[in-house]
Amino acid sequence: MTEQNTALNPEDSRTSPVESAKHADKTIIKVVDMHKWYGTFHVLKGLNLDVNEGERIVICGPSGSGKSTFIRCINRLEEHQRGQIIVDNVELTDDVKQIDTVRKEVGMVFQHFNLFPHLTVLENCCLAPLWVRKVPKREAEATAMEYLERVKIPEQAHKYPGQLSGGQQQRVAIARALCMKPKIMLFDEPTSALDPEMIKEVLDVMVELAGSGMTMICVTHEMGFAKTVADRVIFMDEGEIVELAPPEEFFTNPREARTQQFLKQILHH
Amino acid sequence: MSLPSELPPRQEIGVIGWVRKNLFSSWYNIVLTLVAAYLVVTSVGPLLNWVFLEATFTGETAADCSGEGACWLFIGQRLNFFIYGFYPDALQWRIDIMFGLLAVAFAPQFIERFPARKWFGIFGLTGLPLIGYILIPGGWFGLEEVPSSRWGGLMLTLILAYVGILAALPIGTVLALGRRSDMPIIRGLCVVFIEVWRAVPLITVLFMASVMLPLFLPDGVNFEKLMRALIGIILWQSAYMAEVVRGGLQAIPKGQYEAASALGLGYWRKTGLVILPQALTLVIPGIVNTFISLFKDTTLVLIIGLFDILGAVQSTITDPAWRNVTTEGYVFVAFCFWIFCFGMSRYSQNLERKLDTGHKS
Ligand SMILES: Nc1ncnc2c1ncn2[C@@H]1O[C@H](COP(=O)(O)OP(=O)(O)O)[C@@H](O)[C@H]1O
Ligand SMILES: [Mg+2]
Repeated sequence: MTEQNTALNPEDSRTSPVESAKHADKTIIKVVDMHKWYGTFHVLKGLNLDVNEGERIVICGPSGSGKSTFIRCINRLEEHQRGQIIVDNVELTDDVKQIDTVRKEVGMVFQHFNLFPHLTVLENCCLAPLWVRKVPKREAEATAMEYLERVKIPEQAHKYPGQLSGGQQQRVAIARALCMKPKIMLFDEPTSALDPEMIKEVLDVMVELAGSGMTMICVTHEMGFAKTVADRVIFMDEGEIVELAPPEEFFTNPREARTQQFLKQILHH
Repeated sequence: MSLPSELPPRQEIGVIGWVRKNLFSSWYNIVLTLVAAYLVVTSVGPLLNWVFLEATFTGETAADCSGEGACWLFIGQRLNFFIYGFYPDALQWRIDIMFGLLAVAFAPQFIERFPARKWFGIFGLTGLPLIGYILIPGGWFGLEEVPSSRWGGLMLTLILAYVGILAALPIGTVLALGRRSDMPIIRGLCVVFIEVWRAVPLITVLFMASVMLPLFLPDGVNFEKLMRALIGIILWQSAYMAEVVRGGLQAIPKGQYEAASALGLGYWRKTGLVILPQALTLVIPGIVNTFISLFKDTTLVLIIGLFDILGAVQSTITDPAWRNVTTEGYVFVAFCFWIFCFGMSRYSQNLERKLDTGHKS
C-alpha cells in the first residue's frame, strides 16, 4: 500500500496551467497525467485537469470516449493505474481511509438514479448522513426535508422510489447526494434516461445548485445547460481531453477539428 | 345455502356466468368437469366417512375402536408421547411454556394490524431460543436436569428445525458474502465449504456426526448425540442457504453498490443497509423453501436413534395392544408437518407482500 502525501501544500495548485479568473484560485480537484486501462484496453490516456473551488465544469464527447470512467475515477468507483488524482487535498490511492474521506466530500448522481428501492425517499436521503456522518436522526431528517424542498418534492418524502416518475427520482437522487453536504458534485448524464418533459425539472434543480456556488462536474449533452452554467467545457474523445475552454469560446470558436465535428452533429439534429 | 337477499341479481348472473365460462365452455371442458366431479364425489365421501363419521374419538383402549373409520382414540391416548417423547411428565410444563411462547411470538405475525408485532418476532428469534436453552435441558437455577436422550416427539422435531433454521440463515448469508468476496483466500474457503457440504446427503452427515465425529475428537471431549446432530444439520443447511442467498446477491444491480459506495458507505454498511435487505427480500421464496425442506428432513435423525415425531409414532404403531393403526399414525404425522410448513409458506407470502415496494431497481 502506498503511503503517499495526504495533505498537499495548497501553494502547489497556484501553478496550475488553466485557471478560471472568475473564482478564487483554490484547487479542489487536481488530476495529473492520469491513465486507466480496462484489462489491456487503454480507456483514459493521460488526463490533466485542475478544478477550482466553486467551478462548474461540463464534459461532453461521443459515447464510449471515457467520460463516465473519468468522473468515476474522481470518487474512486474506478481505480486509475497511473498518474495522480487529488481531491480536496487527499490523494486517491489504495488506502481505504483516504477513499472514504474523499467519498464523504464528493456526491454523485447517476444516469439511472440508483435510488435504494427498499427505502422511502426520506430514508434514502438520511441513510448516509446517519451512518457515515453520524448525524442524529432528527437532524438528518430535518436536513433531508430541507433538500427535498429545494428539489421541490417534499410531499413525496414518505413514498418509495418505485412510486415516483423518472424526473422525481432523479431529483431525489440529487437531494440524497446533497444531504451529505458534499463539497463537490459529480453528475453522469443525469438527464439521459429521462423523458423529454422531465428533463427541464432536473436541469432547473442543477442550475439552482450551480448558482449556490457548488463545485460541479457534469457529463451531459445538454448544451443549453453548458452555455448558461459552465465555467469551462471539456470535450473528450478516445480517452483524451481534446478541448478545454470557457463556453463562449468552446461553442463559437472551437480550436480542434474533432470538437467542431462533434458540435456540428450535436447542435444540428 | 341461500344468498343474502340484498345481493343484486347481477352478481348471481356473475356466478352462473363464471360457472358457464370456466366449467362448461366447450364439450371437452364439460367432460373434464364431469370426470373431476365424479372423482371428487367418489373419493370425498369415503374419506369423510373414515376421518369423521365412522371414526372413534373417545374411549380407553383398543377395544373401543370397533367402527370402520379411523381410530383417533389411539392418537389421543399416545399424544403425550408424540409431543414430549420421554420427557418426564412432571416437568412437561417447561415444554408447554415453550409452546406457549412460540405461539405468542409467531401468531401475531399472521395478523396484519397487530400492534408491535415486529417486536414479538424479534423476541421469537432472540429471547425464545435463549429461554429454551435454559428451560428445556434444565440444570440451571434449580431446574431439574433432563438429558437430551429423553427428549423426543414433536418437541424434538421443533428444536431441530428451529435451531437449524435460526443458525443456517446468518451462517449461510456470511458464506454467500464470502463467496463473492474480493479476497481469494476467504472466497476459496467459502467455495470449498459450500461445495463439500452441499454435495453430501444429510443422512451421511448425520451418520458421520454420530459415529465418526467422536473418533476424531480428543479423549474427554464429547458432545451429546443431539448436539452433534444439530451441528451437522446446521453446517449442511448453511451450505444450501448460502447458495440461495447468493442468488439474491447476484440479482442486485451494480448501480446499487455504486450508489452506496459513492455515498461513503463502507463494505459492511453497504452490505447490511443496502444490499442484503434487497437480496434477502428477493429470495424469500427460496429461503422458505429451504426452511420447509429442512423441517421435513429432520425426520432423518431417526437413523441415529433420535425419536422425533415420526420416530415416536413409528415406534408406537407396532404396539400389539392396538389393532392396525398405521394409517392413523402416518396421517397424524403428515398433518403435524403440514400445519407448520403451511404456516411458514403463508407467512412468507405475507412478508413478500409487505416488503414489496413496487419497484425492483
Ligand atoms: N467495466 C468495464 N470493462 C471494460 N470496458 C469498459 C468498462 N466500462 C467501460 N468500458 C469501456 O470503456 C470505454 C469508455 O466507457 P465510458 O467511460 O462509459 O464512456 P462514456 O461514458 O464516454 O460513454 C468504452 O469503450 C467502454 O466500452
Ligand atoms: Mg457514460
